[in-house]
Amino acid sequence: MNYREGEPIKDTKAPEGPIEDRWEKRKFSARLVNPANKRKINVIVVGTGLAGGSAAATLGELGYKVKSFCYQDSPRRAHSIAAQGGINAAKNYRGDGDSIYRLFYDTVKGGDFRARESNVYRLAQVSVNIIDQAVAQGVPFAREYGGLLDTRSFGGAQVSRTFYARGQTGQQLLLGAYSALERQIAAGTVEMHTRHEMLELIVSDGRARGVVVRDMVTGEVETHLADAVVLATGGYGNVFFLSTNAKGCNTTAIWRAHQKGAMFANPCYTQIHPTCIPVSGEYQSKLTLMSESLRNDGRVWVPLHKGDQRPAGEIPEDERDYYLERIYPAFGNLVPRDIASRAAKNVCDEGRGVGPGGLGVYLDFADAIARLGREAVEKKYGNLFEMYERITGEDPYTQPMRIYPAVHYTMGGLWVDYDLQSSIPGLFVIGEANFSDHGANRLGASALMQGLADGYFVLPTTIGDYLADAHRFDAIDDQQVAEAEIAVKNRIEKLLSVNGTRTADSFHRELGKLMWDYCGMERTEEGLRKALERIPELRAEFWRDVKVSGVNEELNQALERAGRVADFFDLAELMCLDALHRTESCGGHFRAESQDADGEALRDDEHFAYVAAWESTPDGPVLHKEDLQYEYVKMTQRSYK
Amino acid sequence: MAVSGAVLVFFLVAHMAGNLKIFAGAESFNGYAAWLREVGYPLLPHRGLLTLLEAGLVVAIAAHMYSAIVLARRAAHARPVKYAAKVRSRADGYATRTMRWGGVIIFFFVIYHLLDMTFGVANPEGHAATPFDRMVAGFEPARWYITVFYVISVVMVGLHLRHGLWSALQTLGLARRHPVLKAGATGLSALLTIGFLVVPLAITFGVVR
Amino acid sequence: MNLTLKVWRQSGPDDDGRLVRYEIEDVSPDMSFLEMLDVLNERLILAGDDPVAFDHDCREGICGMCSMMIDGVAHGPQKNTTTCQLHMRHYKDGDTIVIEPWRARPFPVVKDLVVDRSAFDRIIQAGGFISVPAGSAPDAHATPVPKLDADAAFDAATCIGCGACVAACPNGSASLFTAAKITHLGLLPQGQPERGSRARAMVEQMDEEGFGGCTNTGECTAVCPKGIPLDTIARMNADYLRASRKSG
Repeated sequence: MNYREGEPIKDTKAPEGPIEDRWEKRKFSARLVNPANKRKINVIVVGTGLAGGSAAATLGELGYKVKSFCYQDSPRRAHSIAAQGGINAAKNYRGDGDSIYRLFYDTVKGGDFRARESNVYRLAQVSVNIIDQAVAQGVPFAREYGGLLDTRSFGGAQVSRTFYARGQTGQQLLLGAYSALERQIAAGTVEMHTRHEMLELIVSDGRARGVVVRDMVTGEVETHLADAVVLATGGYGNVFFLSTNAKGCNTTAIWRAHQKGAMFANPCYTQIHPTCIPVSGEYQSKLTLMSESLRNDGRVWVPLHKGDQRPAGEIPEDERDYYLERIYPAFGNLVPRDIASRAAKNVCDEGRGVGPGGLGVYLDFADAIARLGREAVEKKYGNLFEMYERITGEDPYTQPMRIYPAVHYTMGGLWVDYDLQSSIPGLFVIGEANFSDHGANRLGASALMQGLADGYFVLPTTIGDYLADAHRFDAIDDQQVAEAEIAVKNRIEKLLSVNGTRTADSFHRELGKLMWDYCGMERTEEGLRKALERIPELRAEFWRDVKVSGVNEELNQALERAGRVADFFDLAELMCLDALHRTESCGGHFRAESQDADGEALRDDEHFAYVAAWESTPDGPVLHKEDLQYEYVKMTQRSYK
Repeated sequence: MAVSGAVLVFFLVAHMAGNLKIFAGAESFNGYAAWLREVGYPLLPHRGLLTLLEAGLVVAIAAHMYSAIVLARRAAHARPVKYAAKVRSRADGYATRTMRWGGVIIFFFVIYHLLDMTFGVANPEGHAATPFDRMVAGFEPARWYITVFYVISVVMVGLHLRHGLWSALQTLGLARRHPVLKAGATGLSALLTIGFLVVPLAITFGVVR
Repeated sequence: MNLTLKVWRQSGPDDDGRLVRYEIEDVSPDMSFLEMLDVLNERLILAGDDPVAFDHDCREGICGMCSMMIDGVAHGPQKNTTTCQLHMRHYKDGDTIVIEPWRARPFPVVKDLVVDRSAFDRIIQAGGFISVPAGSAPDAHATPVPKLDADAAFDAATCIGCGACVAACPNGSASLFTAAKITHLGLLPQGQPERGSRARAMVEQMDEEGFGGCTNTGECTAVCPKGIPLDTIARMNADYLRASRKSG
């Protein structure tokens, strides 16, 4: 696949001046919409996770006429619900030296200097409001005996800034946003459409003016028009088939928008979480994350010798390789996610992995149990151990856990400016679906923060500036609407008519394996070229040989899946292309060719300190570069030795 | 359900206390029965308070049954299509599962009980005898099968109470401390069951004659 | 292992539906219950048949989407476990498993094992929230909350809205679901201003949806994947009665 380089792009919305004043400035410069006019302005929000749910609720509160869509049976099911760890906020309730500036600094640095300073600073500023909002909504955060909020340090942060609700922070925050959304539905400001999947974006006169959706119960293809469209449809980790995402998570909404002109930024930035339960067999349908906190007390090891098949308990101490402690004596088992993940991959590639297919490493609590006693370990990790046992049938108190890295989060997404507006006017993108705040690597407990910052506080302000002109928008072009609708219907028709011999899932599995092997934890030019060769072949095979049973006019889960897989092929290709062009290593993108003498990631700031924004054109992808300037945080190379 | 049930529980406590007077001898027992009819006299007419209480009981029983029927009908309405597989109970409690049919059985028992002890129709001594004689005759050793029937029914009542008492507290929003109240409900049901069982058993086994 | 499945198949709300028997071979004990159904569905699709429709999403026990009555038990034999977290090692070769959708009038069958649970959303709409528009909140530390209250609120708030409580209840009551939300918000100081009106509105909506009455059988809490305690229902009743007394 070839690409050409186009004009550089720029974020024109971020105000100039001292970084701490920029958001205030933008809030003031953003035009307001007269309350009487708001009632006449329609906004479509697709997705009801933390970002979409909070945005739809807030826009409803402000008086806009909102239509909200989700593919699940209720907005409360969105996958934000599965986030375990917590949410960061620069409250500094502990007085341990945290501040907005420090959260900003940590996020820019953690993102390996591939995020915009202005965006990240705003995120840190808004983080404090999120906690206030959530508490007022009744989110039952963990508290101390004095009745004040408890916090913990998370993901190697040196300050205790992570607020949490046991291991279910995402659930509690999502249910908060969901309840706010339901309140607006009851008030009549939000019209909810569950079991509806967005399949096309309607662009008229250069503006995003609506969506085409499929009613997943009746199969009816519906058109919904509006003055602005907000996509909050999450990440695309499921391109790998196996990931910690929910089964339904998909790229279709943002991919359709991309094809209609929205640029896709940094598609290759993928976060791989080191502590997931390994694959147990061919039938595996998804991966389950185990909280990172396990690495606080567990020791990671593999057998010293290749092909050692003995059970863990029979391998003597001197024939075990505690490789993280060996390679990274300073951080040991607590090295950052990407480093722990890659190290696990390396020892497995050497043939020293454990469990089915040799794709696993031990996380051993024997020492912790000996040191702290079983009871203390149970108190700390009891629920995680239970979950592990439920899934694997193994008792982690008596034999070490087996873990393996899994795709967890995608930092890339649709390109947006400071206002969270994509390159299509009127199309706003929030939460994991956009690329904005995490650079090349996201810190733990920052996804929830970004989703809610976007939905509760940033978008509701910035979208007003765009909608202040709504009364001047041209009438929607009927032909554009009709074309979008026909495109959707044709696509469905095509999927149903192939009548081949393989299921969509079997193609998806194959694509996922390909992506995992060549565009996963470690990428090489050779591998990426191989993938770029194979993906189009596989896609052609898919369109020739996929089998979708049933008809459109009913609940048809085979059809839903096939449509999503079709879009994953196209996205996969762009991911590989982006990974191939970025010959440096940074954050969640590790190019084997770009490492230092010790095998650590080597960034190339001279050539790659930019956002890669891809435009889809009939002649193939066009790369637009947005240069990144660092005025506040000095670029440095990470080191954990 | 809870309110009418509570009324019936208070009645049962009083009823049991009265029954136990049989251990104090025929005079005491008969005297108590007579007092029931005279209490409040002359302010109230003869048998005035008793009739009032009886009317109250009838109302409570009717209300209790009415509520049960309404709940059962609501339940049937709420699940128009039944499960094909046999639904397996996961909650503990035979008592809980037998509330509905147990209640029906108890209703029939009460009718027999009234015919036996109140109206004397089903009693060998008949209506004319003193309450004490009726009681002793009703459970004489030769009529052991009647005693067995009573024992089974009283145990049924006990089970009904065991769930009913706690359930009433729950419905009235008082059962915040679940285990304690559940234990309390079990205790009171056991007490009532034993209290009601000792009298017929004592007669059948010849302790009271 | 080899298993026999009897799965409820119903093409739509107007179809009568029936149990259909499937033989399934080579089931691995490490498979999840849903992965076992995935295997069946792959086979059905290739044969040109309609795959068994079932709701599922996160497959890690938190979204509340999966919902199957397995051999007469909501979410199957393992306690505190959603269907998606149930693994096949709980079964043995030759077993027959009957799989049905949740049964309740307010949960009409959409297709096969998929039911419409929007009644739950409407119960939340009636009052399952604290009215606080974005941006209007005081500082999070302005109101301390006793730890025990916060913890108890959390326990109730873990409800995933799967509907197993309704499915298992012999009365088809939604009391545990409704009570969980009323308890969660009613225990927190932030939830006090709307406590009475919330309880009343939510209970009335629950009744209006056509759910059955609660007789405290405890079947709900026994199958609840999150173990929501039964005393939440006592709390709901207390709040409801108090609110009803106040406003007559």
